[in-house]
Amino acid sequence: MVVRPKDGILDPQGDAVQRSLRKLGFDVSAARVGRVIDLELEAEDEGGAHEAIERMCADLLANPLIESFEIQIDGS
Amino acid sequence: MSDRPHVAVVVFPGSNDDRDAAGALEAMGAESELVWHDESELPSGTGAVVLPGGFSYGDYLRTGAMASLAPAMDAVRRFANRGGPVLGICNGFQILCESRLLPGVLRPNRQLEFVSRDVRIHVENADTVFTRLCTAGQRLVIPIKHGEGAWYAGEETFVQLAARNQIVLRYEEDVNGSLGNVAGVINERGNVMGLMPHPEHAVDPLLGSADGGLLLEALVDAAAQHSLART
Repeated sequence: MVVRPKDGILDPQGDAVQRSLRKLGFDVSAARVGRVIDLELEAEDEGGAHEAIERMCADLLANPLIESFEIQIDGS
Repeated sequence: MSDRPHVAVVVFPGSNDDRDAAGALEAMGAESELVWHDESELPSGTGAVVLPGGFSYGDYLRTGAMASLAPAMDAVRRFANRGGPVLGICNGFQILCESRLLPGVLRPNRQLEFVSRDVRIHVENADTVFTRLCTAGQRLVIPIKHGEGAWYAGEETFVQLAARNQIVLRYEEDVNGSLGNVAGVINERGNVMGLMPHPEHAVDPLLGSADGGLLLEALVDAAAQHSLART
């Protein structure tokens, strides 16, 4: 899953990254810094895994005030 | 057990102002007791709780996020729900926000730099158990030392908090990008407060200021009141 600062939330880290990239000559108009969390878990199906991860996000992995998240599931 | 008011100071792995807080509270007349984070109960007779500054759990994930799940925090939640006074200082404020005992969240300072210096703060609301020894509008000098102290809440929440006088302390100037220069907030019930400045480092004029003593002395009084009310 990917956790990132919500749209409209000031991201000073992203701004610093953008400024540094520009200093290196890259034409970058915006940068946002989030985090990737890889989880391994057992679930009945993809829907069950999705539901479990949603709950993990609500309880710990993301702060809904300032962060949004995306869940990506690779079943095997 | 001594008849001095008992204040529990919760210690998490990575707390580093626990002993300063305990010492300052003792100087204010309290008997302070350090409580390890995996304790599931507060000591009997606890009249108030302090969550101290530091870097609990190495600030992993988000500051205060891991500590909010510690067994001791369940006990603190129960204590707060019974009306017990709880004060969170710096990392303690972050923990209270992540525990949803206080509104908002503390984010990295806008300037991305750690700030460590004395700051001037204004008492916006002197009608709380924590600030009742101050006067409204009083200016206090208390040090801050944090990298993630920019308090943030949604616009609607912010307006609501201001209307209910839950914004208790504000910085005189913008020190970290905190919304509305907020330095300290209180819950609606008025028994849980968090602040980024460190009152425990400002209890002796020799150290530059004794203004923090006003807040801690009020907390010790509140501890005595709470213990009395429960006996």
